[in-house]
Amino acid sequence: MPRIVVDVMLKPEILDPQGKAIVGALPRLGFTAFSAVRQGKRFELTVDGDVTDEILSQAREAAETMLSNPVIEDVVNVEVVADLP
Amino acid sequence: MTETPLIGAYPAGPADAPLNGARIGVVTFPGTLDDRDAARAVRVSGATAVELWHGDSSLGGVDAVIIPGGFSYGDYLRAGAISRFAPLMGEIVKAATGGASSNPLPVLGICNGFQILTEAHLLPGSMIKNDHLKFLCRDQVLRVENNSTAWTNAYAAGQEITVPLKNQDGQYIADEKTLDALEAEGRVAFRYVGGNPNGSRRDIAGIANAAGSVVGLMPHPEHAVEAGYGPGHTGTDGRGFFTSVLNTLLGGK
Repeated sequence: MPRIVVDVMLKPEILDPQGKAIVGALPRLGFTAFSAVRQGKRFELTVDGDVTDEILSQAREAAETMLSNPVIEDVVNVEVVADLP
Repeated sequence: MTETPLIGAYPAGPADAPLNGARIGVVTFPGTLDDRDAARAVRVSGATAVELWHGDSSLGGVDAVIIPGGFSYGDYLRAGAISRFAPLMGEIVKAATGGASSNPLPVLGICNGFQILTEAHLLPGSMIKNDHLKFLCRDQVLRVENNSTAWTNAYAAGQEITVPLKNQDGQYIADEKTLDALEAEGRVAFRYVGGNPNGSRRDIAGIANAAGSVVGLMPHPEHAVEAGYGPGHTGTDGRGFFTSVLNTLLGGK
């Protein structure tokens, strides 16, 4: 089944407490190269059949209205991924 | 509906103002925890509590609505994000924004209810995880910054009250422009006193809409309405929310 992937990130100006906790923990495990971490969300919407323009636009609308909160989050990516073998 | 028996003695509403006519709806979503306490607070304050189910398509003619705390839909997407699309929320938004009506439905959102109200865009801003990432449960002092809303008129301006606070996604955020507007319009209803428990912008604990009919706050006044159960086992500071809305409904405030 084809899937539509939606990626949502907190807006850059919004403090990401989870990301901050992760970046604080990384050096304790020896990962010292990373100065910042932002944690986002990935949604995979499975489609029965072909991904039409109509379905893609539904996915975009769902991403803007429900999957993200535009007050604090940006939809950074909506794309169709190939069928799994 | 069988009413939950009230445990222990409690004073009824003031004798000179019969309050039993007011019907306050309390909404239950899957995952709501504090609906029974909110209904009890309504009854302790002298009004009639009406159970409302999120899937209902009618408000049943209630005079006001409380959206109580809990973890609706487990908060799995974002706190309040899925509840916002419940059929009953559509009715609440309609009645609260009132259209041409000069009497918008008073709505109080507590904790998860506050999160639902922001997701539904009845109140501005949003809630993210506490800055310290921990679930926090403690008695919290709040200052009443605006005592002219439908849910705060029983308090004195500047009055400090103590009610329980318990949340994980309690950090109130909005952009600077929104925060400035809230301050300028007197829509910051409550501020944290004695330390900010979650990193909320400008120590904001609760806000109101422009009409003062919709109020949301993170701490829990419904857990502080009966002597013997509230903060310090005596605190009843939360009762003012429920008497306020009765003032509003019955006194035309």
